[in-house]
Amino acid sequence: MSDAERVRRGDWVEVQRTILDPSQRSGNLPPETAEKPLLMWVKGFAEADGALGDEMTVETMTGRRVSGVLSAINPGYFHTFGNPIPELVHVGVDLRARLSAYRETEKGGA
Amino acid sequence: MATRFDEIMGRRGEIMRGALGMDYSRFERSPVAFDYEAMMTDHGYSLDDMKRIQAAAGVGDTPLLELRNMTDLGRSMAEPGKGARIFVKDEAANLAGAFKDRRASISIHVAKEKGYEGVIAATSGNYGAAVASQAARYGLKCIICQETYDSRKVGQPEIVEKARICEAFGAEVVQMTVGPELFFHMLELLDETGYFAASLYSSFGVSGIETLGLEIAGEMKERTGAYPTAVVATHAGGGNTTGTARGLKRAGATETQIVSASVDLSGLHMASDRDFNRKSFTTGHTGFGVPFATWPDRADVPRNAARPLRYMDRYLTVTQGEVFYATEALVKLEGLERGPAGNTAIAAAVSLARELPREATIVVQETEYTGAGKHHWAQLNFAREMGVAVRSGDPTENKPGEVIVIPERPEQIRAKDFDLARMRKSYVRNALKAAPEGYAPTADDLAFLAADTNSDVAAVEGIVAELAEA
Repeated sequence: MSDAERVRRGDWVEVQRTILDPSQRSGNLPPETAEKPLLMWVKGFAEADGALGDEMTVETMTGRRVSGVLSAINPGYFHTFGNPIPELVHVGVDLRARLSAYRETEKGGA
Repeated sequence: MATRFDEIMGRRGEIMRGALGMDYSRFERSPVAFDYEAMMTDHGYSLDDMKRIQAAAGVGDTPLLELRNMTDLGRSMAEPGKGARIFVKDEAANLAGAFKDRRASISIHVAKEKGYEGVIAATSGNYGAAVASQAARYGLKCIICQETYDSRKVGQPEIVEKARICEAFGAEVVQMTVGPELFFHMLELLDETGYFAASLYSSFGVSGIETLGLEIAGEMKERTGAYPTAVVATHAGGGNTTGTARGLKRAGATETQIVSASVDLSGLHMASDRDFNRKSFTTGHTGFGVPFATWPDRADVPRNAARPLRYMDRYLTVTQGEVFYATEALVKLEGLERGPAGNTAIAAAVSLARELPREATIVVQETEYTGAGKHHWAQLNFAREMGVAVRSGDPTENKPGEVIVIPERPEQIRAKDFDLARMRKSYVRNALKAAPEGYAPTADDLAFLAADTNSDVAAVEGIVAELAEA
């Protein structure tokens, strides 16, 4: 196992826990939800050394101790804006031209 | 043997009483009616008190901007003499970037006064950031329970961003897969920690929005010499409409039309693991807007302080594509990069402005912060990744979860009126269903239902008779 998959006590990590098995879930759920377990992830400081996939207890930001399977190490944020949307890129130019034309007409008509 | 789920849900009332520090049973008048005003004012804070609490918390007194270019855009496509002036209250200027700060500032102030060590809120929206930010200022611990991912651990970029900002403010974010049992786990956490339930629907939070209505009334009177003709609020759980309308009325703006607006997400199931990532909106949609208006007491408090049917004069729906188009228009014409979900009311206002005379004024009462993930481009790119088609065309062809149709021209933005009579009937049916079987509503109940649906006793009697026949 590579070092990237190992943690030391005190490292910032994420654990995954099953809150409810499918059989324990509430009624009236659509089938695609009812057949899945209700999962939970929370981040905290590892209380022991370990590796991805190990059972692990973490101390969360509020000081709670939560046990689960180690699912990520020093988890980051990679959401972005993405590419410009072709269906929207022309909107600004169109609307500015439209406003200019409207204001010219208003001036002429007044 | 009782399961853990049944055990916790069975103690729901007891857990929430301890976590809210408030006994709601004092306000109950019958199995149907309760004393709404007594509940709303029970905290004892005047509007001035709330303004002071919010000013100290970095909340409120946000800029009111006139959108002159959006106004002229409306006029360019309106009949002669029509095209109302459009204004927007830039609520993104609040500390954590949304009007939700008004709710959180009062809730967290109460939690601190009552001596709680921490706060818990269940929210995937801006309210989480607001609670986390205020909790940081007050030195309270904070847990945000968030419905974040589908079963493959994929989440909408807007929700992932909201988790990031909560964690940035030092909150513990409990991220879950899709399902209404989020509420069950929140109860478990309240039970375990003894923290305060900073519910979106408590009287503390909802009354905190009244200052927004108050500011709008005062600023519009000063700027235009009159209260606004209409105020448009993006509507989901109902607190935004309720709090703003109450503030407007308390300020004297009793003639202002209260218009709620939601993105139409009909056809998508809110508890579906599949539909979850095909909504392209995290809030402000009919998936919350309709059920919460027609049965507010489905919320996590015994009686919901957000009762939008009491205040709504109209309920407009717009399509996903129309909101994304309006968001792009707002950025390019007004230099205001905000939203996207909060811009639902902007799209509705562009449509509404065409109906109203030039002298009329419309205030869109909020904006929200934008950024990586929480942006209309991010939502549209994600929609494509989830297999939702995105194309230009006629927005009436928009089909939630399947195709987002971006208008080709602004004339195509046409909000639709949702039938309020149908919503009132549905509300009355739900209110009677919550009472014991065979319960006959009293005169006091009918008066309560009339007030709660912004109608009159005769209309409610008509609905009750119709339901009895059915």
